[in-house]
Amino acid sequence: MNANIKPIVMPKWGLAMAEGMLTKWHVEEGADIRPGVEICDIETSKIANAMESTVAGKILRRVASEGSTLPVGALMAVVGEGASAAEVDAFIEKFDEEFAAAASKAATEGPESGKVSVAGKQINYVKAGQAEGTPIIFVHGFAGDLNSWMFNQPVLAQDHTTYAVDLPGHGASDKSVNEGTIQEFAGALAGFMDSLGIERAHLVGQSLGGAIVLQLAAEKPAMAASLILISSAGLGPEINMDYIEGFISATGRKDLKPQLEKLFADPSLVSRDMINDVLKYKRLDGVNGVLRQTAKSVFGGGKQSADLRAKLESIKVPIQVIFGAKDQIIPAEHAKGLPSKVTAHIVPTAGHMPHMEAAGEVNRLIAGIVAA
Amino acid sequence: MARKLSFRTAINEALAQEMERDSRVIIMGEDVSGGTGAPGESDAWGGPLGVTKGLSKRFPNQVFDTPISESGFIGAAIGAAASGLRPVAELMFVDFMGVCFDQIFNQAAKFRYMFGGKATTPVVIRCMIGGGFRAAAQHSQILYNVFTHIPGLKCAVPSSPYEAKGLLIQAIRDDDPVMFFEHKMLYDIEEDVPEEAYAIPFGEANVLRDGKDVTIVALGRMVMLANQAADTLAREGISCEVIDPRTTSPLDTDTILESVENTGRLVVVDEAHPRCSMATDIAALVAQEAFDALEAPVQMVTAPHTPVPFSPALEDLYLPNADKIVAAVHKIRQKAAA
Repeated sequence: MNANIKPIVMPKWGLAMAEGMLTKWHVEEGADIRPGVEICDIETSKIANAMESTVAGKILRRVASEGSTLPVGALMAVVGEGASAAEVDAFIEKFDEEFAAAASKAATEGPESGKVSVAGKQINYVKAGQAEGTPIIFVHGFAGDLNSWMFNQPVLAQDHTTYAVDLPGHGASDKSVNEGTIQEFAGALAGFMDSLGIERAHLVGQSLGGAIVLQLAAEKPAMAASLILISSAGLGPEINMDYIEGFISATGRKDLKPQLEKLFADPSLVSRDMINDVLKYKRLDGVNGVLRQTAKSVFGGGKQSADLRAKLESIKVPIQVIFGAKDQIIPAEHAKGLPSKVTAHIVPTAGHMPHMEAAGEVNRLIAGIVAA
Repeated sequence: MARKLSFRTAINEALAQEMERDSRVIIMGEDVSGGTGAPGESDAWGGPLGVTKGLSKRFPNQVFDTPISESGFIGAAIGAAASGLRPVAELMFVDFMGVCFDQIFNQAAKFRYMFGGKATTPVVIRCMIGGGFRAAAQHSQILYNVFTHIPGLKCAVPSSPYEAKGLLIQAIRDDDPVMFFEHKMLYDIEEDVPEEAYAIPFGEANVLRDGKDVTIVALGRMVMLANQAADTLAREGISCEVIDPRTTSPLDTDTILESVENTGRLVVVDEAHPRCSMATDIAALVAQEAFDALEAPVQMVTAPHTPVPFSPALEDLYLPNADKIVAAVHKIRQKAAA
């Protein structure tokens, strides 16, 4: 077996993903690739996205054809240097033989979900990755859940221990909040870390999640190794209240779809399955109360009630701010005029969800901060 | 957090959560507990197929065995609803509607209208429908179309465990009389169901898959079969949109029409007899509202216009199945090409 040959496999974007369709190749056989190069487009029932390479080398063989649907972990292409056709054939044969066994093993050794009790409420989380060192914690935004990190957590878990949490009232955590303030959520996040024995972590927050990790770092500086604030709340007063109100009051697919489309620069990313997942969440008893209460506390009076910019100065750890230029929920201008210690990056092609729409770019920024 | 539940257990959980939430919610019917007034085990049955098993022990003041008199207890449930309770009555087999139909269509369905909106009748009548159970002609019918015909009744036809829990909770919270039709061949089907209570609003169809070639509208157990057929057809390169209306009254006509406007072809799958059914109703809707979009005549996959046979061989032949749906899709595509 030629050790220079590496597989490119169907990725797993989110716990629920079992298979994906390879819709388009972006690289020909013989092309040289390196990490970050878009190799192909993949479509799941929930979302379509470009897959980026994590390895360098020459595409020796494209094994999967456009339009084919493959299980997670199945071989799509073979990358390497200086291998003969016979060696590639042997590699493919061996890979496919081992795939069935590996697939069943992956089901038990893959990301694990769990719950911890914080102040009497169950907090749900997914842990992925086993690496030593300071872990990464992902915190989603208003009305989101940990699945929104489907393109980020699996990639960063290759080199780090990672956790994605469902905030109180969200995802698979208990559907209740007290006041629904940023302080309350930050307290729950600290409680989550305490109960898992995590003393310090790189904190990645999106939208409301950004304000929450910023609040936590200001209150308990020892708990934050770095902050990555994506489309973050707390950096200025403006917020699109039409979205917040429209999202909360939507009861069916037709009302909800135009709201979800505001989250992305490319509205076609909003699939029927994505809408159905959000509707399933919104229809649970207690959820609308959670959303109303949180919106009242965090966005009461038609603007963001907490301006956390002053706290940035006191935080000693590295801070990376990321916005999508086409953000329709919180203006990307909030990335401007921040203290000079804050690194700001604007993703030109993304809206409010740059971690989904430009996952590779955002993953590299996170990896860079975490490695620093 | 979702976990796998059967259709049967999802219904049981919906009833338990609603009785827990609201003590006005009561269950009544023949053997819903089982053994009341007789020596021996209480909660012996939990309904003929065990759907309400365990509830009478948890909610002894909210679960009532009734005499074998549908005209009596269905009427009592409707009266109790009009006077402040929120009863869920179990008619057992829909085929027994004949003996209590006046109470349903002439009383419950008319109260709100005839009392000028001053009365509400928040009753749910659960019943089993459908063939495949080897239960013969008097215990295997569909009949939801009969109730759909009556203004003043809402009709829910759940197609899976997730749907059953959410639609039943909505039915219980609804202030109008709701007929709730459970296909008895679905009781052991399992899928992910959230632990929390949730209500699926009436009148919003569920689109199970997007497709561009043919729209398949199916109800109840037929939804699963339509999905199987769509899987087979997808392998042939034919893309089907599968729509589950969820409720026949109210009916989400917009979703059906929008889909047919995109695909140009409609197959309706309905386990009922082919005349005066949901199949004819939906076919007529599309013919009237989207005729110009149609590229081929509507196809219906239904049972024949005969009683449900007792012979297992004949019953299997009688019922719609995935192969028949695939054949209908092939036929509708040929007509378009001709």
